[in-house]
Amino acid sequence: MMDAKIFFNDIYKSQDQPNDLLKAFQQKNWNSFSELDLPSVKHEEWKYTRIKNVFTEAIQYNQDKTDFSEEELSKVKLPGTANANSLVFINGIYQPHLSTLTDGSDRLIIKSLSEASTDEDADFVNEHLGCSNAYHPDGINALNGSFAAHGLFIKVKKGKELSQPIVIYHFSDSRSGFRFSQPRILVSIEENTIATIIETYHKIGNHQSLTNEVVEICVEKAAHFRYIKIQNEGTDSNHTGTTQINQLGKSTAHAVTISLSGEIVRNNLNMVMRAEFCESHMYGLYLLGGKSQVDNHTIVDNAMPNCLSNELYKGIMDDNSTGIFNGKIFVRKDAQKTNAYQSNKNILLGQNSSANTKPQLEIFADDVKCSHGCTIGKLDEDALFYLRARGISEQNAKALLLHAFAADILQQIELEELRNYIDSLISERLTITI
Amino acid sequence: MKHMLTINDLQARIEEKEILKGINLDIKPGEIHAIMGPNGSGKSTLASVLAGRADYEVTGGSVQFNGKDLLELSPEDRAKEGLFLAFQYPVEIPGVSTTNFIKSAVNEKRKYQGLEALDAAQFLRTMKEKMKLVEIDQSLLSRSLNEGFSGGEKKRNEIFQMAMLDPKLAILDETDSGLDIDALRIVANGVNQLRTKDNAFLIVTHYQRLLDYIVPDFVHVLYNGRIVKSGTKELAFELEEKGYDFIKAEVNEATA
Ligand SMILES: Nc1ncnc2c1ncn2[C@@H]1O[C@H](COP(=O)(O)OP(=O)(O)OP(=O)(O)O)[C@@H](O)[C@H]1O
Ligand SMILES: [Mg+2]
Repeated sequence: MMDAKIFFNDIYKSQDQPNDLLKAFQQKNWNSFSELDLPSVKHEEWKYTRIKNVFTEAIQYNQDKTDFSEEELSKVKLPGTANANSLVFINGIYQPHLSTLTDGSDRLIIKSLSEASTDEDADFVNEHLGCSNAYHPDGINALNGSFAAHGLFIKVKKGKELSQPIVIYHFSDSRSGFRFSQPRILVSIEENTIATIIETYHKIGNHQSLTNEVVEICVEKAAHFRYIKIQNEGTDSNHTGTTQINQLGKSTAHAVTISLSGEIVRNNLNMVMRAEFCESHMYGLYLLGGKSQVDNHTIVDNAMPNCLSNELYKGIMDDNSTGIFNGKIFVRKDAQKTNAYQSNKNILLGQNSSANTKPQLEIFADDVKCSHGCTIGKLDEDALFYLRARGISEQNAKALLLHAFAADILQQIELEELRNYIDSLISERLTITI
Repeated sequence: MKHMLTINDLQARIEEKEILKGINLDIKPGEIHAIMGPNGSGKSTLASVLAGRADYEVTGGSVQFNGKDLLELSPEDRAKEGLFLAFQYPVEIPGVSTTNFIKSAVNEKRKYQGLEALDAAQFLRTMKEKMKLVEIDQSLLSRSLNEGFSGGEKKRNEIFQMAMLDPKLAILDETDSGLDIDALRIVANGVNQLRTKDNAFLIVTHYQRLLDYIVPDFVHVLYNGRIVKSGTKELAFELEEKGYDFIKAEVNEATA
């Protein structure tokens, strides 16, 4: 195993010097990383996800240009997003020349984090950048923060509704070796806006990749924000990603995480309700085969009264795959009249597939409604027999049942073409490997 | 005359427990057979074994269905060969609508028979026609299969599916229980309209009442895993009047 501190030290030191704000931020994170190192299985939050093993001396982490053709992008364009604001990252770095914006600068601002931290948005950057640190005191988060200066800043302006979603395409170029990349995105969804961000990931090349991403989003008063993360990168792709959504009063946040493949995948999703009357929705579907391992850690943090959160994650594990769910709900002392619901349901198909599920409720207020539940089971044999007794083949009957199981997550994707596309990916998977 | 279903000394068990202890039954096209018998005697087990439920282990005997070895076929192939089971307890399947799944079922069967799949319009037409037959509402069929259906709605849905699949042999396992008088008449009416000289019905029931509407050619009594008495419609009247005690007594005497 590599010594990550030594390995990244040279790269850290040789970075271009950013402005003072980012310099201090990176330094703070580097200090944390030096102290914490990469999380081992002894770290309570990482005991199933052996991320340390993924790091080897073979990894390439630099910001050299790659010869990326636009064709790669057209190959993976998500259906129904032809006119979307399309942002392209290659190896963790934003590529303005490959990106296209349909919404004008009266509504949507896209600029580098280094720019944002020296102009009128500097206060915002100062306040929100690194807000996920507190929830993830581990070397993975700090490692991303140590290189945050190359990050991107996105702002949806007060009172504006985006005409199109923002689709972020992340490419890892592993043609010449194990690609490590660290996208960093800070998002300001200002008051009274409506916006959607979709993230999707692709690997080019046959070597491994690891994407270690941190996205921090502030959804301000009365804003409505939707977030969709689609993971179908294939084998040899590893992912550790944190998305934190901070919510202010009367805002709603709605997230859907779809994981269809990947080697070792860890998604942290945090919804932090910092003011009254916020609504958070978190949905997830993981449909795994081979030896994929997908670990969803979610946090709902209710700090103020009268908020509602609803969470439903569903997993289907075939072959030797593993699905992990860990859902924390904090209801702080002042957060009276909180409604928080959580559910995780798993179906095991493979002989050697497994599921781990762990709800964690920490409630410090007394007038709250919270519920949680989890199930791990096999396909319902009675239902299967019923369908087969009507002449539906075993394979189709299974596909029908699994589809039905996944349906209530898919329904959460509002964009019809995108929903149908993901539905078709699922159908394909259900008939090919199951 | 040609046989449709020939059951010969069929024995089956579940988890070490022997339930069917040698069933013999012959069904010819155009016939309606009724099976009666006390609770737990093995009626649903027989129906399940014929439909191909894997929980039951067939330990002896044979079943021929239209010249094929039925026991060798998968449940779906049995269905496609023309066997239909209306379940005593229809399963609730969230997220799958009747409309949706019956369309796959109809088309899988047509494919098996070498026929073209029905297009949307043809399917809709057939559906409308069969819906009328069992007086079932469209809204029920677009809901999740049997989920939250009343007992009677579930049974009616079974008959609707039967009508859609047009089986050669339909086994109705207590389709009449839980039905009100009107629903009973509707279900019976559906069966009578679907009846032809080429298909057959095996009706499991506890009540002679249903047999007022669907007149059986034969009535069998299943007791303790065996058919211990067979007769005509009159046997049903006798059972209704006297209960099973006289049959149990006859059997016990014979085996004593
Ligand atoms: N999974 C099982 N494990 C053990 N015994 C079983 C199982 N399933 C059925 N049996 C037993 O088999 C016997 C026959 O059951 P079956 O359901 O066939 O009866 P039935 O004649 O249909 O009764 P009813 O009139 O009540 O519907 C019963 O004693 C029942 O308890
Ligand atoms: Mg029964």
